[in-house]
Amino acid sequence: MSANPSNGIGLSRRRFLQILAGTAGALVIGVRFAEAGEPSLPQEWLGNDFHDLGAYVRIDSDGNVLIGARDPDTGTGVATALPMIVADELDADWNRVSVVPLGLGVETGDNGRPRWTYGHQRGGTGDSVPAAWADLRHAGALARWLLTQAAARRLGIAADRLHCEAGTVIAPDGRRVTYGSLVDDASKIDLPQQPPAPKSPDRYTLIGKPVGDANAHAIVTGQAKYAIDHNEAEALVAVLLHCPWPDGTLASVDPAPALAVKGVAKVLQLKPDPSQSRGFTVIAPAVAVLAENTWAALEGRDKLKVVWKPGAGAAESSAALEQQAAALLDDKSTAAPTTRVRDEGDVEKAAKHAASRLDATYYQPWLAHACAEPMNCLARIDKDKASLVVPTQAPQQAWAVVQRLTGLAPDQIEIRVPRVGGGYGRRLDHDYVAEAVLLAKAVNKPVRLLWTRSEDFTNDYYRPASVHRISATLDRKRNVVAWNQRIASASALAGRGVPADRLWNSEVSADQLPAGLVPNFRSDWYAQESSLPRGPHRAMPHLANAFAAESFIDEIAHQLREDPLQTRLRLLGEPRNIALKNGGMLDTGRLRNVLQLVADRIGWKSWLRSVNGLGIACWYMDGAYVAHAIETSLQNDKLGIERVVCAVDVGRVINPLGLEGQVAGATLDALSTALNLAITVKDGQVQQHDWKSYPLASMALLPNSVETIVVPDDGRPPTGASFLAMPTVAPALANSVFRVSAVRVRRLPLLKEFQRLL
Amino acid sequence: MAQAQAQAHGTPAVPDNGIAPAAAHGGIAVEINGEHFAHTGDPQMPLLWYLRDVLWLTGTKYGGAHGGSGADLVLVNGKLVSAITQPMAKLAGKSITTVEGLAADDGTLHPLQQAFIDEDAIGCGYCTPGWLMAGFDLLKRKPQPSDADINQLPNSCRCGCQTRVRAAIKRAAAGKVGQA
Repeated sequence: MSANPSNGIGLSRRRFLQILAGTAGALVIGVRFAEAGEPSLPQEWLGNDFHDLGAYVRIDSDGNVLIGARDPDTGTGVATALPMIVADELDADWNRVSVVPLGLGVETGDNGRPRWTYGHQRGGTGDSVPAAWADLRHAGALARWLLTQAAARRLGIAADRLHCEAGTVIAPDGRRVTYGSLVDDASKIDLPQQPPAPKSPDRYTLIGKPVGDANAHAIVTGQAKYAIDHNEAEALVAVLLHCPWPDGTLASVDPAPALAVKGVAKVLQLKPDPSQSRGFTVIAPAVAVLAENTWAALEGRDKLKVVWKPGAGAAESSAALEQQAAALLDDKSTAAPTTRVRDEGDVEKAAKHAASRLDATYYQPWLAHACAEPMNCLARIDKDKASLVVPTQAPQQAWAVVQRLTGLAPDQIEIRVPRVGGGYGRRLDHDYVAEAVLLAKAVNKPVRLLWTRSEDFTNDYYRPASVHRISATLDRKRNVVAWNQRIASASALAGRGVPADRLWNSEVSADQLPAGLVPNFRSDWYAQESSLPRGPHRAMPHLANAFAAESFIDEIAHQLREDPLQTRLRLLGEPRNIALKNGGMLDTGRLRNVLQLVADRIGWKSWLRSVNGLGIACWYMDGAYVAHAIETSLQNDKLGIERVVCAVDVGRVINPLGLEGQVAGATLDALSTALNLAITVKDGQVQQHDWKSYPLASMALLPNSVETIVVPDDGRPPTGASFLAMPTVAPALANSVFRVSAVRVRRLPLLKEFQRLL
Repeated sequence: MAQAQAQAHGTPAVPDNGIAPAAAHGGIAVEINGEHFAHTGDPQMPLLWYLRDVLWLTGTKYGGAHGGSGADLVLVNGKLVSAITQPMAKLAGKSITTVEGLAADDGTLHPLQQAFIDEDAIGCGYCTPGWLMAGFDLLKRKPQPSDADINQLPNSCRCGCQTRVRAAIKRAAAGKVGQA
């Protein structure tokens, strides 16, 4: 789910820059979010243990710099990009910077409520870099200011005549003082009344330069510790068997055969708490087997004799849900939409005077998150302290789950968040944390919870399937004068305390293209019910909606016998700003630009006569612009992806190498998803259990490279980019497949449907 | 010389200092990254859990019940296998290499590890050890692999690091590691 940056915790709070004089001979600087009049510093700032380091910057007397990365890095590169922002403001020598993941920053505030000491702590939601841009720069700027003041006193030169470079303060006469030698003096200088101004952008030395993953060395040597790699000597391993029906119940369990396995210590039951929202409690009834090691736990689980009782959802199937959606959207249906998301002009009146009209229906499947690192959690719950290692995208929400289940004070809960093996929205929910806490409390020992792959596939908060019906009306001048889109799906927000009139938020964006470009525009959403847990998913709702809208624009172009690039450019019109419902502006010029860039790169001029198929698509999302052009071939009924070009405009780029990686990565993920992936439900049960039945694309199926074009744009603040390149892939692919084969694929996953239609 | 003979006959020599070597513990003897270990637990325990739970050697990751994603690839006597499919009982006397064993003893990275850093061929990094093991195996068999050879790698990756992994393998094959 794309996040709204304005929700970022801390933006509305008073910001404090803090310095801690170095009892350990170091200068420690943090940006701290707190209510006014709360001067206490976390004790951990004094600590030498990296995991307890509660600050953003620590400069040691030997000149080494430690920078904390507050947002979980699920592969999005924020553990590199955020420290880069700090390091540039500090003029640190990047070669001497080490990055450590910060755990959750929490203190006990007024009335025992939590106070988040690091501000924004969330990853994979597209708002890490924008939030850091707003505050982290100041931590680096303050550190540089203090060091410069210290150098000025030592050298007897006014501070404004000094400049900093790669960890050194340099005087006009060439004298140099290293940061390390200034640490003691700098830590004794009083803080300025006003936060020192950040650098002017022309003085950036690191921001905008390609920097490799800050944790690369640890990762390639196998030393990087994910949550799943953490252990405690006395911990029990817990593996689970969840009810195959999410709304089912446990009828009976015979634990004896499991307990007979050597090493198995306990068999326990878990149940969802019906008073809690989805994502805050156990996902489905489960039986847990706890053992001395994973193998014994798995052996025990295999021997369990469990009888489950199905719930009301046992009759459910994805095929029936799709039929129901199609019936709701049928032109003859009289069903009223659950929500009229947007309605401008008069689509019905426009249709009456139409020169021509076009309708199409698109079908998109349920999707799983399929994180490489399955759900897991290490939990130790003592009487006055909870210590957890959690693979989470949202440590503050994980904290809320632990707090509710333990009743501990905010600062009695320690949550460590190492590098995370993928998130994609799955780890915004913390059912697995609830499970680990409940089990650890029950056995009074640390518990290392591990979901097997099969549990991970069948106990997800799935991206709901959706059916999209779009009707367009064209006038005699071949303009699209009306666009009427209707979407039916089971909202991902259902069961999460969201009022019924807001459930559409996860399913469709009020501002999605071509809203604002067509005079008569309507967007309706029809709610469906499902017992399957749903939740946030990468680039939701754009992933589904861009496929329908950008495929349909190609169908319009085909009806008009027009080059689809031209149809898009005509639709976008002259470069201008269009006000968005959610705030902000859509700049049609920037969208035209990314379209034109991918068209030029792929050689769009040969679109008509090329033997291979060229397809194109563009999209707008959360302040950023993206376009894809894809070239496919067809030989002996076998599709090949020959070339993929992507252009993005994200405003200022912090780390161009990281951005390229995100763009290529999201492109390949979206290709893999569009080509092959679907979760299906039969008799209320998810049918996919492993990588064979949910087959991520093999290397052979994917292109050898993703050609990435980044629009240089230093005039605007940065936007998040981790899933920007997702939505335009499937439509560009389907449009390209249509050119090469004359087969229009309106149902994903594409390969299966293509074979059926061929 | 005497000692060598004694060992050849299977009876360890008793050193003059009077300290006798401990009696053999038994168990399944394996060599992992050049070190010797003996597994005394359930012989059916797969290598993956032996590495992770017993030795706390966690570079080899759990991917799924049958491997599947390639995150748990290791070399057993030079052959690329999924660690979860290898019960310890099968591994007596075998030599195993995991991702922790790719770098030289002095910490110098294997060229493929360096190439992964050079190409930033890392997404979340969870499946990276598996890609490294598969790439290492490929380069051993085919020092100059073609695109078609690289296509045969059994790994998968949801972060979409495949194009960068391809570039890294080619870079390592071309001997251009450690260069921008």
